[in-house]
Amino acid sequence: MSIDQNKVSDTSDIQLYATEPDHHDSISLRSIGFWLYMMSDAMIFAGLFAAHGVYLNAYGTSDITAGDVIEPVTALLPTLILMLSVLLFGFASVALSREDKAGTLRWMGASLALGVFFLLDEAAEFARLALDGATPQASAFLSDFWTLIWVHGAHVFFGLIWMAALMIQIARDGFTEGSVGRFINLRIFWFFQALIWVCVYTFVYLMGVS
Amino acid sequence: MFMDVQGPSNALFGRLPMILDLHYNNPWIMFAFALVVIGGIGTVAALTYFKKWGWLWHDWLTTVDHKKIGIMYIIVGLIMLFRGFFEAAMIRTHQAMAVGPDSPGFLGAVHGYLTPFHISEIFTVHGTLMILLAVTPILVGFMNLIVPIQIGARDMAYPFLNAVGLWLTTAAAALCMISLFVGSFSHAGWVGLTPLTQLDHSPGVGVDYWIWLIQISSIGSTLGALNLIATILKMRAPGMSLMRMPIFSWTTLATNIIGLTSFPLLTVALFLLTLDRYIGTHFFTADGGGNFMMYTNLFWLWGHPEVYFVVLPAFGFLSEIIPTFSEKPLFNHTSMIAATMGIAGVSWLVWLHHFFIMGAGPEVNTFFSVATMLVGIPTGVKVFNWAFTMYKGRVRLETPMLWALGAVLLLIGGGMTGMMLAIPAINYVSHNSVFVVAHFHNMFLIIAFAIFGAVTYWWPKAFGFRLDERLGHIFFWLFWAGSVFVFVPMYALGFLGMTRRLDYIAHPSWWPLLALEVVGIALYIASVAAFVLQIYVSFRDRERNKVTTSDAWETSRSLEWAAHCPPSFYNFAATPIVHSNDEWAWRREHGVTSVVPEKYTSIHMPKNSMVPVVLGVLFIIFGFAGTWRIGWMFFGSIIAITAVLIFRMFQKDIDYNIPAEDVEAYEREKLKSVDRAAQDNVHQTGEMGDAGTDSPAHG
Repeated sequence: MSIDQNKVSDTSDIQLYATEPDHHDSISLRSIGFWLYMMSDAMIFAGLFAAHGVYLNAYGTSDITAGDVIEPVTALLPTLILMLSVLLFGFASVALSREDKAGTLRWMGASLALGVFFLLDEAAEFARLALDGATPQASAFLSDFWTLIWVHGAHVFFGLIWMAALMIQIARDGFTEGSVGRFINLRIFWFFQALIWVCVYTFVYLMGVS
Repeated sequence: MFMDVQGPSNALFGRLPMILDLHYNNPWIMFAFALVVIGGIGTVAALTYFKKWGWLWHDWLTTVDHKKIGIMYIIVGLIMLFRGFFEAAMIRTHQAMAVGPDSPGFLGAVHGYLTPFHISEIFTVHGTLMILLAVTPILVGFMNLIVPIQIGARDMAYPFLNAVGLWLTTAAAALCMISLFVGSFSHAGWVGLTPLTQLDHSPGVGVDYWIWLIQISSIGSTLGALNLIATILKMRAPGMSLMRMPIFSWTTLATNIIGLTSFPLLTVALFLLTLDRYIGTHFFTADGGGNFMMYTNLFWLWGHPEVYFVVLPAFGFLSEIIPTFSEKPLFNHTSMIAATMGIAGVSWLVWLHHFFIMGAGPEVNTFFSVATMLVGIPTGVKVFNWAFTMYKGRVRLETPMLWALGAVLLLIGGGMTGMMLAIPAINYVSHNSVFVVAHFHNMFLIIAFAIFGAVTYWWPKAFGFRLDERLGHIFFWLFWAGSVFVFVPMYALGFLGMTRRLDYIAHPSWWPLLALEVVGIALYIASVAAFVLQIYVSFRDRERNKVTTSDAWETSRSLEWAAHCPPSFYNFAATPIVHSNDEWAWRREHGVTSVVPEKYTSIHMPKNSMVPVVLGVLFIIFGFAGTWRIGWMFFGSIIAITAVLIFRMFQKDIDYNIPAEDVEAYEREKLKSVDRAAQDNVHQTGEMGDAGTDSPAHG
């Protein structure tokens, strides 16, 4: 072996170890992890939408069809409310970039209120369906319909808890590395659930009656 | 809204009153229970006697150090592996006894000694825990332990989340142990065949245990996966481009991309099954428009990528071990990366080969058949790369290398039978036969061999002393012989037409082969004894087996061998700068093997936290309450988990800085155990010395 001939004759100029303490951008590190989490969450919805394709006409012995339970026009209002909530969260984000704490909290509060309205509206809508006998137990189609909507609903619910907790934190501690990192992640999450709702509205509501 | 359940139940205790009706007269369960109780009392007594509770709590349970978390993952996995092995031994001995109508029955069984329900539980728990609670934690443990050091990082990207992942996995393992004594486990196979898993066909709590423990462990796997991906993408040392990254880190990246994207589908499949069982939806029922095959599709959409989730890290181990003991660089680093990512990609296109007999038609079956065979190409690339690495190398048959060579040989058998099963025409005949069982055990043995190789290979890195070489060889040969005796007859039985999961064998002419398998089990038992003895002897002689340089094998190649054995809790005193694919080998070649940096700087580290342990306990309560349908406890635990997460969100004191002078003091202490002269001259003893001299011998 003649490796020694290739050996650098002068090793003194090789830098083996860094001489500065390492620095990581903790907010961007948090964000990439959260993006990855969103990816796995997207796969959950991918599975549910695939199931939706399979159960489209799976009514079993039930005489309740998609046309009876899906009303895209009625669902338009909560859809717009949810989109507005996202828009207001965007305003909060603009306020944050101006380091306007009061503005951030105000817009977050408005976004939160609309999110709560969306959930209550959805609950009322589905309570009505249940009274009409269109329960998740009635057919595979309805099982799927309820599940898809309410898995999204659970995302909204936990997103709202997160938003409320974050508002308290920002109000108490201001814009710290932790709270701003969480704000950015919550923004990703809030936009993500809205994106899912766009898919729900398109594939479940609009295509459900076509 | 909730389903009516059989047997007694009330609002306060859910279905728990049912256990009063169960008769604990099964001596096997009593034996296992006694074993666990004695083990538990022994551990508690030892901890109290040696006053180690504080040590356990501060140094281990609340730690966020990736190395300790990795070791704990591996310990949990090895305990589960042992339990799974016990069950395998029970299945094998029972089947060898329950042959033919004249075979005697013991302990309430008509034939053999296990009742049909009990053996169904045993093969279900064997499959579930071997895959999800034994092999997966061990592999994830190695990723935790090695990857951050191998890429020159201080810790994982999210040390706290890492601890949460560990405790979720541990919670799932704990539920699995609880199910052994409180209630029963699923009897529907580890894949959970629908509609057998529906409430009308499995009214007990077994399937519920199975559901909740898998759900909890897969949340843990998802968190672990995103953590490792972020670590690899963001935390690499300066100079380590992706293409310079060692293959084990690459396989970890590929594995966790698979894990991150496939585990959610398992979550969906089991979540929909949960809704069927708890509120009576119709996803996978026979009535109401349900569709069984939807479950099977969703399950295997996760299940097949999961196969590569567990096999790719094993390939990573081989890619680290083989070059070290061939004293040569890995042949074609780039094609190895391409092959790894190729396997990860194809893993998504093959799930239907688990149920060719579904009857999807020739077009669909052909597509999946061809896609399955495509897996052979990147895998073949890997095998040839390992072979070419050994070609003209100086192969040293130390224990890790023996395991690695065993794994490569097994891959030929497992790969060939895999190709056979990929042909639908053959698959129609062999579906559900023990030929399939032999095939996938053959594949899992590759992983087991790679794991034991990795345990021996990285043991000195983790603990600072080498494992006993002689007992390691004995362990290897016994394990190898056991594998041959169990699985070669099993392949043959598969060809003879024996189906899997039998509690009674109607064909007396199969008995000789079944008896041979029991011989194999006996060899396995001997091998386990050798392994335990190996660890005991090595620990006893740890001073003699001590490693005095960072490079325990003297020819190892990747960056983790530039850290101390065992590494300081902050890994490297100063972040290393990377110059080559095989950074440590490069440093050795250039004679720059000193582990003392020119300058110490302050280090930023995360603080220990008790929150992950608390979450683990809450998740045990969550899974237990879910299983036994104790509503208040179930929703209460969800609220408690949310509250703990919010509490964590408001915690401020979560990290600290170690000043440069403290780092220097730690390092000075650490360097006392390093043979400085040997460390600085590793290059003179390593593989790059004169070709005529023999390689260094290890004791």
